[in-house]
Amino acid sequence: MDHRRETGRQLTSAPADDTDAVHRAIAATWRIEAAKIIAALTRYVGDFGLAEDLAQEAVTDALSQWPKSGVPANPAAWLTTVAKRRAIDSWRRRERLDARLAKLAGELESRQDADVGGLPWDPDDIEDDVLRLVFIACHPVLGRGAQLALTLRVVGGLSSEQIARAFLIPVSTVQQRIVRAKRALADAQVPFELPAADEQPERLKGVLGVLYLMFAEGHVTTSGPDWMRPELAMEALRLTRVTAGLLPHDPEVHGLVALMAFTAARFPARLGADGEPILLADQDRSKWDRSLIRLGSRSLGTAQGLRTALGPYTLQAMIAWCHAEARSIEATDWVRIASLYDMLNRAVPSPVTQLNQAIAIAEAHGPARALSLVDDIDSTGALGKFHLVSSVRGELLSRLGRDQEARGEFERAASLTTNGREREVLLAKIRRIESRPAESTDKADRGRR
Amino acid sequence: MKFMLIMRAVDQAAVDAFEAADFEKIIADMGAYNESMVNAGVMADGAGLSDASEGAVVDFSEDDPVVTDGPYGELRELFNGFWMVEVSSQEEAIEWAKRAPLGTGSQIEVRRVNGPEDFPQDNEWIQKEQEWITEGKLAGS
Repeated sequence: MDHRRETGRQLTSAPADDTDAVHRAIAATWRIEAAKIIAALTRYVGDFGLAEDLAQEAVTDALSQWPKSGVPANPAAWLTTVAKRRAIDSWRRRERLDARLAKLAGELESRQDADVGGLPWDPDDIEDDVLRLVFIACHPVLGRGAQLALTLRVVGGLSSEQIARAFLIPVSTVQQRIVRAKRALADAQVPFELPAADEQPERLKGVLGVLYLMFAEGHVTTSGPDWMRPELAMEALRLTRVTAGLLPHDPEVHGLVALMAFTAARFPARLGADGEPILLADQDRSKWDRSLIRLGSRSLGTAQGLRTALGPYTLQAMIAWCHAEARSIEATDWVRIASLYDMLNRAVPSPVTQLNQAIAIAEAHGPARALSLVDDIDSTGALGKFHLVSSVRGELLSRLGRDQEARGEFERAASLTTNGREREVLLAKIRRIESRPAESTDKADRGRR
Repeated sequence: MKFMLIMRAVDQAAVDAFEAADFEKIIADMGAYNESMVNAGVMADGAGLSDASEGAVVDFSEDDPVVTDGPYGELRELFNGFWMVEVSSQEEAIEWAKRAPLGTGSQIEVRRVNGPEDFPQDNEWIQKEQEWITEGKLAGS
């Protein structure tokens, strides 16, 4: 491929603006076509890792050639054809061109011109192939970090640089993760197939877990260059919608779309002028994104219409819907939220869910009932020294007018939390108790969480 | 980011080609194009407009608006449809536009759609608009 390197060198003399524009066009093309190109190549060469390498090499070729030659009329066909030629070149070099591959090579050479006009893959198969790709990228032999990076790269069409920015990690770390992930898949001899019917529910749960984590990664953190973070969450939402399109009969994938959409709808109201997080109770609800709420409602309707037992994502989406449709924190249907948390805890038992349930019960039925639930959770020891337990208990005690006990809990929570902003909030609550007249009652403090 | 892809026929050739073309094929090509955007999770909305000769133009040049029947300007199909796409960049919107099954004489204008963030949040009309959407007060919502 020496002639290609030649072209690459000449490229530096091209006007920088044009080169930038072409590079942005390539990135945009890649986002649209990556999954299909890699899926088609995997089918062609029979090896996912090799297909991904070939696709990346084809992109490198495009980066060096397109600024000079212009963007081809059918970029996906161009990239696929170049990648296939590279595959054949490497087989020739390794003298592994057996009869089957010779036939493929022959077909490719005779179809060179035809490729430029049409789709470089079979439109009837490509959807299933993309789904196979989703399952490979989220395969259980891979760690979470590798699953996230690989899914964004091969299904989302993001570059290593974009992934690194999204996770605030060095580019080299992303590249290492991807190389190792491909090796792990090769070592485990993972086939390019959909999981067998009996494995599918568990494997799908894994895929949804990866997408959920990708979304959470994009919205939980409020530090760092945060403009890229909502982008990551929105990409997770897009990929989940794509997956929902591929698996339209699974209720949980629609439930996850709904959960993400309701959560993302609150993004515009989540940060204050100085970048400080604004809690749900204090958010300006007029800033919530209504089109995302509509998307969430429709997806939730689809999930519920599929009428199986409600899964954890659908239940969480139903809780998020209660918030999305309430005009204010006071107008929220806390009785329903409390019962949904109860259902969620039965589906997937978790002390954090119970703690959220306690918060909802406090709003629905008063602090006394909530406090006894928090005491139950705490007595199991499941949450150990989790600062939120103390923080919630402090809040409930304070509303019951038991200020001295409340103060002790807030102090304990402040000493346990690792988050500076959270500590500020807790210390402010302590100061408020100190400045309060001794006979204060439960209605005095309406601050929450 | 939301973009509107505005489909225009800027040349009589496009209008003629459309009339000569097989209607089934146009529907199939457009359907496949729309499906590819739906599958990619980017298509938010879209519609085609009926023949502009059936329409009317309201002109505000005079004190009272002047209404004329028929198309806007000389061309019958100047503006004949649109798509709304939710993408991560203008380049991506352009890449989608390039894939539309259109021929000579057709153009697509790619424009970013303003969101609430483009306006002062404390303006009561901006807040009202959000309420109209929330409360389903818009026709067809």
